[in-house]
Amino acid sequence: MTTTGRKLYGVAAELPTAADLFHAAEQIRDAGFKRWDVFSPFPIHGMDNAMGLGKSAVSYIVLCCGLTGTATALLLELGSALYLYPLVVQGKPTNIFTIPAFFPVIFELTVLFSAFGAVFGMLALNLLPRWNHPLFNWDRFAAASDDAFFVVVEASDARFSETETQNLLTKVGGTNVTLIYDED
Amino acid sequence: MASAATANPGEHLPEPPPPASLNPKAAALLADLRTPLVSHGRSLNWISHKISNIVEAKTPLWWWIAFVPSFLLMLVCFGGFAYLIFTGVGVWGENQPVAWAWDITNFVFWIGIGHAGTLISAILFLTRQRWRTAVNRAAEAMTLFAVMCAGLYPGLHVGRVWMAWFLAPVPNQYAIWPNFRSPLLWDVFAVSTYFTVSVLFWFTGLIPDLATLRDRAKTRGKTLQAYAYGFFALGWRGGNRQWRHYEMAYLLLAALSTPLVLSVHTIVSFDFATSVVPGWHTTIFPPYFVAGAIFGGFAMVLTLMIPMRYLYQLQDLITARHIDVMCKIILLTGTIVGYAYIMEFFVSWYSGNQYEQWAFLRSRAAGPVTEFLHYLFPNTFPVLPRAPYWWAYYCMMGFNVLSPQFFWFRWCRRNLWMVMFVCMLVNAGMWFERFVIIVTSIARDYLPSSWSMFHPTWVDMWTFTGTFGLFLTLFLLFIRFLPMIAIAEVKGVTPQADPHTGHGGGFGFAAGPQAEPTHLQPGGESMAVTSESGTRPRRSTEGAAVPATDTHPAEPVRATPADTQGRKKKK
Repeated sequence: MTTTGRKLYGVAAELPTAADLFHAAEQIRDAGFKRWDVFSPFPIHGMDNAMGLGKSAVSYIVLCCGLTGTATALLLELGSALYLYPLVVQGKPTNIFTIPAFFPVIFELTVLFSAFGAVFGMLALNLLPRWNHPLFNWDRFAAASDDAFFVVVEASDARFSETETQNLLTKVGGTNVTLIYDED
Repeated sequence: MASAATANPGEHLPEPPPPASLNPKAAALLADLRTPLVSHGRSLNWISHKISNIVEAKTPLWWWIAFVPSFLLMLVCFGGFAYLIFTGVGVWGENQPVAWAWDITNFVFWIGIGHAGTLISAILFLTRQRWRTAVNRAAEAMTLFAVMCAGLYPGLHVGRVWMAWFLAPVPNQYAIWPNFRSPLLWDVFAVSTYFTVSVLFWFTGLIPDLATLRDRAKTRGKTLQAYAYGFFALGWRGGNRQWRHYEMAYLLLAALSTPLVLSVHTIVSFDFATSVVPGWHTTIFPPYFVAGAIFGGFAMVLTLMIPMRYLYQLQDLITARHIDVMCKIILLTGTIVGYAYIMEFFVSWYSGNQYEQWAFLRSRAAGPVTEFLHYLFPNTFPVLPRAPYWWAYYCMMGFNVLSPQFFWFRWCRRNLWMVMFVCMLVNAGMWFERFVIIVTSIARDYLPSSWSMFHPTWVDMWTFTGTFGLFLTLFLLFIRFLPMIAIAEVKGVTPQADPHTGHGGGFGFAAGPQAEPTHLQPGGESMAVTSESGTRPRRSTEGAAVPATDTHPAEPVRATPADTQGRKKKK
């Protein structure tokens, strides 16, 4: 809580270009901050390294979903065509060796489940949908989806200090350094 | 990580001049390849404004002129289907032996068109063809609407539509499950998966752009728009912690869609190839259908994008080079299709199977060409009666194989009337291809006693015409309410998006383009100056920014200093 009685979310600053944002991110990473983020209208190449972030976990979610899709298709096809109601069509056998004819459906369901995993896994990891956010209280933030570049250090970070973090953001080239509050 | 170049961002490495030994043609090609994808060094704000303004501005008159007839045609389509549902599938011209006719032709035609959208969004993404960003959104939307048009046909061809649930993988009233070994069932899975994944892919791409529209609506004080776009933007903020998962999800969707799109038309071709009908029973069908689908789809992409580019003045985003490369894809795929036509013809002769030979020569190809050959070499080529569908076969060959050959010439790829003309021929030719494959093969089957021609009824014709109304209605609604170009992606391919080339990159941006938006200062207008075609933009260190090539005159910058600043101040 601050003296004004509003809960501080973090401190934000604006950088002029993508390259400046990139270098600012490297310095904030090296300063040891953990709960901070940079905002840009498009993904910036190499920014994950500049922020010290690892590989996204979406790929593991997709792998699990894809395997679920494969298993679902196998269960659906083999279960119905081999056990529930073996149906002789055109005199063809109904045993497990007809599995090549099951591959198209196995493939399609694998892709279908994986795609759902990719989209909903991405949303879940991003904690979306979330329509309200303290950052939306900042008037200037609307430009983050247009042509502005921001860096925000959250107050919940262990190294956060209201004055020193503001100084750091100025030092890395930030302008328009602003305190962001939870409720406006 | 910071490379040597980024360690000292102020330093610009001079662009190495092309080697003197390079011949002029190669030098021109090199300059062409290095041309920025967004002409005239447009700023990020210009890109946001240009694309969002299509949605935000008042509905233009031409939109209504296009929408009203499209909407009425869509009603005709629905009317045709309603008449079929209430009367029976006999209102179509199907007979024995031609039990698959225009309905399946139209199904394959529309679903093929969809494939170009997925090719652009997935395969060209994986192969790092960065020009795709300008056209992928509209092409993906086209995919969705084309698949919707396609999906209507098999669903209604079952005749009793209330039994369409037989397509679903559930047991019927006798506890019998559908036959999972049937290509028709594979088709149900392939098309429904394709549609679902295309929707997911399209929506994922839209999320950051919906956030842009949300933020702009909020800044302009349009509360309702802000809520509507904000709802679908899901609260997107554009932090790198979000982009990182987003990019991974997008990459994986592209990687999943690539084999998916190839599988869809492969499975559509299985509907034919696994049968024993001469003319259908061909192993070349899967690659041939996929190439044809991409071919026809690109023609439809250009048919839609060239008018849009003109009507919305998008020449800086969809440049002459974009159209040029799409024409080259049409040329490539059209030539593959031509190879497939000739190869299946050859194999029918080489097989020695009289039914195969009859299907290709006597019911398709026998016509003016064979008559001419007979005239030249009367002893070698016998007189053949004209094939019943020779006109369809000749349309197919001429439109699909010969017409794209114009695109060997640069002039034809750069002349928009020529491009439109060839694309229209290809659109028609791809319909004829499916008609030839489907109808001519079964109109002349094994027993001459059951041979019959197919005659479409007025319901066939109006329903098919109506699907264009459905397609265009959906497409016009899309361009009216959603950003038709991927805003965030186009920004990502601008030089100033690259963090590694130092301040402002090297493509004609005076110091730090985003600094205090230079494009808002009167001097920023200089970026709109055009130059002679073929020059590569010079580095900012050389003084005034010289923009890149395009043949059209620079249009006035829409986001003029006054209105953009006014917009920002209004809050």
